[in-house]
Amino acid sequence: MVSIKPIRTLLAENPFFAGLSDDQFETMSGCGTIVHFKAGAFLLREGGAADTFYLIRNGVVAIESSSPAGGPLSVARVGAGGIAGYSWLFPPYRNAFDALAISHVSAVALDGACLRGKAEADHELGYQLMKRFAQVMLDRLQATRRQMLDVYGNVRTTDDTG
Amino acid sequence: MTPADRSAPLHPRPVRVLETRAEMPGCTTLRVAPADPADAADPAGACGFAPGQFYMVYVFGLGEVPISVSGDAARPGELTFTVMAVGAVTRALCAVRPGQTLGLRGPFGTAWPVEALTGRDVIVMAGGLGLAPLRPAIYHLLRHRDRYGAVALLYGTRQPRSIVFAPDLTGWREAAAIDVAVTVDSGDRDWSGHVGVVTELLKGRRLDPARTAALLCGPEIMMRFSAYALRDRGVAAGAIHVSMERNMKCGVRMCGRCQYGPFFVCDDGPVFSFDRVEHLFGIREV
Repeated sequence: MVSIKPIRTLLAENPFFAGLSDDQFETMSGCGTIVHFKAGAFLLREGGAADTFYLIRNGVVAIESSSPAGGPLSVARVGAGGIAGYSWLFPPYRNAFDALAISHVSAVALDGACLRGKAEADHELGYQLMKRFAQVMLDRLQATRRQMLDVYGNVRTTDDTG
Repeated sequence: MTPADRSAPLHPRPVRVLETRAEMPGCTTLRVAPADPADAADPAGACGFAPGQFYMVYVFGLGEVPISVSGDAARPGELTFTVMAVGAVTRALCAVRPGQTLGLRGPFGTAWPVEALTGRDVIVMAGGLGLAPLRPAIYHLLRHRDRYGAVALLYGTRQPRSIVFAPDLTGWREAAAIDVAVTVDSGDRDWSGHVGVVTELLKGRRLDPARTAALLCGPEIMMRFSAYALRDRGVAAGAIHVSMERNMKCGVRMCGRCQYGPFFVCDDGPVFSFDRVEHLFGIREV
């Protein structure tokens, strides 16, 4: 028999939320639902309303953007334990990228508007969330900047002209 | 090419190209063997090298370039080089055909300290064509797998089509003797692997810093970020080894072309422990 864990437990098991209090987990769990996506389904669409973010439990999500010439291009992958979606935190609450399930994905979907409301009402919760998201966004920003450096493309030219 | 060459280190010996293989556009792997039967018959002339060392490869009439050996040190009588076309000589090397003759001097430089790492966990981090100088070390680790703890290869490159030695990566992964993880800076939907910089592959990875040593090769900026990421995980700078690249002429610390701070990369390197060169990584002019 498959046991179904409550949202609260799933949140508490994720290192991202480590250190939150029981009350805070209880508050947050009211904004969450368990969701599943088949491979090929979109969790988020670029330009769409950023009303949800996902705590990935299983599977892999590709963070993508498309260009007419190049087609869809993945710029990051999010696996188990990772977070897909930051745009729910900041106006105008629009997704900047597509998030595509490239395998079967199980996740906890958290309602951004619900969580924003609870964070406004409880600034300690809001601070704890912002602290965690700021760290993840900093990591992602630094990784993105390193990708932009195109270090493998900029090969040292040699003076091998004899 | 042989210890005897030390008496005439500027004298190239002829080698015949046995085989060429395109790794990707602008990147070719060459297998060569001594053209002179006397060289081939001489046990000391059997193309010996230690993993991480390089040869000066001479295209007659054009010039020489330093190229690290990318083949297996346990295969006597031949050498393998993987070359990226970035200049006149390397473009010519990428265009050679089996049967052509090249000149070789070497082997030169320091090697990956594979013997000294016995008993330790080893993380091999490669970026782009930086996998080539590490491949002989990986062959050694695989051949003597029982001498080492956990061994992981973390490889980052630009795109899925710029992955070098793809059959090797698949074979090593399937053999499960070492943990192989590959990431690309960007990938299309046919790519099912990781996307992101190579240091991302360290995240979430169990690592005992006191037991761990690392071998790094790739663009300098990639080695810098990787060394810092390892150090942040507690790995000592002296246990991190990097392979430096500089333009060279003589290969025997005479010309000064490859000077790197107080070092000559041709002879003091190319493999350095990070604690020896960390201060130079931050100096843009070096």
